[in-house]
Amino acid sequence: MIAKEIEIKTESVEMNTDIKHRKRIGKLFLILIIIATLIGLVMLTVLLVDIAVKGADWLSPQLFTNYHSRKPEKAGMKSAIVGSIIVMGLTGLFSFPIGVGAALYLEEYAEKNLLTRFINININNLAGVPSIVYGMLGLVVFGRMFGAFSADSWLVTTFNLPIGETALGGLEFDLFGLSFLHLKFPFGRSLLAGALTMTLLILPVVIISSREAIRAVPNSIRLASYGLGATKWQTISRQVLPIAMPGILTGIILALSRAIGETAPLIIMGAFTYVPFLPESVWDQFTVMPIQIYNWITLPQEDYRIHLAAAGILVLLAVLLSFNAIAVFVRKKLEIKW
Amino acid sequence: MEHNKFATKIGVQEFNFYYGNFQALRDVNISIPENQITSIIGPSGCGKSTFLRSFNRMNDLIPTVKTTGKITLDQYDIKELDPVELRKIIGMVFQRPNPFPKSIFDNIAFGPRVHGINNKQVLSDIVEKSLRQAALWDEVKDDLNKSGLALSGGQQQRLCIARALAVEPEVILMDEPASALDPVATLKIEDLIQQLKEKYTIVIVTHNMQQAARASDFTLFFNMAEDRAGYLVESGDTIKIFTNPKEELTEQYISGRFG
Amino acid sequence: MKTRKRTRFYSEKFISAILFACGIFSVLITIGIIFSLFSEAVQFFLRPEVSLLKFFTGTTWRPLASKVSPDNFGVLPLITGTVMIALISASIAVPLGLGSAIFLSEYASERLRSVLKPLTEILAGIPSVVYGYFAISFITPLIQTIFETWLGIDVSFFNALSASIVLAVMIIPTVASISEDAIRSVPQSLRAGAYSLGATRFEVITKVILPAALSGILAAFILAISRAVGETMAVTIAAGATPRVTFNPLESVQTMTAFIVQVSFGDAPSGSINGQSIFAVGATLFLMTFIMNVISDLIMNKFREVYE
Repeated sequence: MIAKEIEIKTESVEMNTDIKHRKRIGKLFLILIIIATLIGLVMLTVLLVDIAVKGADWLSPQLFTNYHSRKPEKAGMKSAIVGSIIVMGLTGLFSFPIGVGAALYLEEYAEKNLLTRFINININNLAGVPSIVYGMLGLVVFGRMFGAFSADSWLVTTFNLPIGETALGGLEFDLFGLSFLHLKFPFGRSLLAGALTMTLLILPVVIISSREAIRAVPNSIRLASYGLGATKWQTISRQVLPIAMPGILTGIILALSRAIGETAPLIIMGAFTYVPFLPESVWDQFTVMPIQIYNWITLPQEDYRIHLAAAGILVLLAVLLSFNAIAVFVRKKLEIKW
Repeated sequence: MEHNKFATKIGVQEFNFYYGNFQALRDVNISIPENQITSIIGPSGCGKSTFLRSFNRMNDLIPTVKTTGKITLDQYDIKELDPVELRKIIGMVFQRPNPFPKSIFDNIAFGPRVHGINNKQVLSDIVEKSLRQAALWDEVKDDLNKSGLALSGGQQQRLCIARALAVEPEVILMDEPASALDPVATLKIEDLIQQLKEKYTIVIVTHNMQQAARASDFTLFFNMAEDRAGYLVESGDTIKIFTNPKEELTEQYISGRFG
Repeated sequence: MKTRKRTRFYSEKFISAILFACGIFSVLITIGIIFSLFSEAVQFFLRPEVSLLKFFTGTTWRPLASKVSPDNFGVLPLITGTVMIALISASIAVPLGLGSAIFLSEYASERLRSVLKPLTEILAGIPSVVYGYFAISFITPLIQTIFETWLGIDVSFFNALSASIVLAVMIIPTVASISEDAIRSVPQSLRAGAYSLGATRFEVITKVILPAALSGILAAFILAISRAVGETMAVTIAAGATPRVTFNPLESVQTMTAFIVQVSFGDAPSGSINGQSIFAVGATLFLMTFIMNVISDLIMNKFREVYE
């Protein structure tokens, strides 16, 4: 049956295995892709060397002790450094509970329904939104609060709120009459508004990395805990979270290290460039390191735009490096290997 | 061990195979006869597939592999041939069909194209010839542009056989070619292999002893030693191995007492 | 015993409610973004000095001109500035990122990979403002030397090319990472089949693996463009503040993001036309990146379906 079907019609064809030529093309290709791999690294090296060369001489203690000044020899970024630290601290404080909470919900509680899928897609989308958009979000929601506290807003007229005299209006009072719970609405161009803006920016990333850390906890641990009669929250709080914590912390530290270098969102929501004082409360105006650096880059004098800016960048990179080192340290030392 | 009736197509001398520090094959000596179907049988993990892949140096793609001893193809030491050249002469069909995500035509034309053939007419002829040899031509001739993945499992495997035939090899290695197929498709493949023996030397690893017994001319029986290294227990004409084996171990395996 | 059970029951419910709220919070963020951008943008478009049609079709963007008319609010110059820079940087980043991905996944040993991959990731961790500095500190003078001194072609100090180059370096890790994932998803059995037919490694990669990984690589390309479109500081520093419709990368242009920064530095009051214009531009920017991200995701999902 099959024998009759096979009719070998053509003669055997000479297949030219010019192997040398084919191998030569392969070698050329290899060279090209090695170059491709190295170009990025070469650029990185050139970048670091360029900045080091232009800024190293200008690294001095006064970068840390002085405010920005009109005389380059006296200029420093004290307020920017402090501003960065406070903003990052608050951001970490705000994003930790919400981010971990959302991650716990999605990993431990959520059922596989349409709503959960929607939340997942949404978080992934948020991670891809340009950071400048978060700045605009922060400006409207935290900075101005949709104009809800200006003189002609619905809120003010309906409730007859005692707003301020200026054009911006604004409501200030002591919560429960306690002076240290002094609140100001809207948040305006304050540290608080900035921290909240950055919180929203890094939240998607925090949620995603926390989820991974929680997912990495072996299921056998949960089962063992339930088997002993523990409730869901007891299992989560006493078993899952402690085990996942190093991974969660690593994720947050890395997210914060990204946030420290963010300029655009804070510019948009109203951080200042010239802040000749240290903020004393979360309601104060502020600036951060990348904004200070940007400011120097745009000044006409060479000492600012080439040298001080480079020195400021070196400080910023040093901070970034230490954040990453801390994250690696946390992961290596505290993580349990299964 | 020279084979009396047929010329030796592939010779194996003192062959040892290591994955890093683990020895997978020990001291194999055998001659694979030309234009015959040689089957390799043995329990799981005894190194049959590793042995098969050594013929076309597919194991070279794994970094930790080390071998000693010699494997010859006709009179050439395969270590001295360029693997690219070797694999044109020794083709392979895998356990699970692995057609490329391309059209049927492009699947088969891939080999000849890579080896320098670009003429449309010549490629067309090669594709038809290969599909006829693989007994697939009538089923697919109306739409060679269809994706290879759209075929059934049995058809995909015959496509892979046609693809291997297209580069005009002299030897075809098959690693359990029908194990992923249903009985009807399996029978078709077995018939096909019988036809191919006329032009090609075929070495086939199989778990299916009935298949080895009825379909092959020459059989190699491998076993796994206590240190998990594979070794050749016995080899010979299939009929003799299955009716009157020399080794007790062979007899036990064939009668199903282990493996 | 029973009251303990009951309080435990309610506290469990309470906790799960709080956690649910945290989960829903992310949806609130999206709603917040859309609402804040579009409510302000709508107010902008409702102004008599602005026309929706002229916004999207007009080629002049002069919001500070003394004559406030719809003719001066055409966003195309900002869009062409943004798109030109994004396309140039993606064209540079994709070959380099793809080449790097091919090398790391098909040629490099595990050890080499474990060294090179983290190094490449560092590129993604460097803040945008640092890239901006590098652009005008090193790249721009280099471009000026090459074009003006050697080739005699005029280059303005602020130009799109300089920004595109540093942007490319910034997004190489993203392209490389996604491409590498796509390449690794191609099953080993396809590689084995191709090698067994006597193909060289180059042939296996270019004729089997890359075609099979193509949609994943395409998703990487689109994502690269999306990231470049959303980039702010590097382009603000290096590309300039001159909105113009041009395809000459040696000229100074302004991107959508750079415009928003420019206005934010000024003291435009919140209800003013400029204060609102940034939201119209921002909404356009958001839509562009959103659509590209969605397309990239869809392609990626289809790709994963095939291989998993």
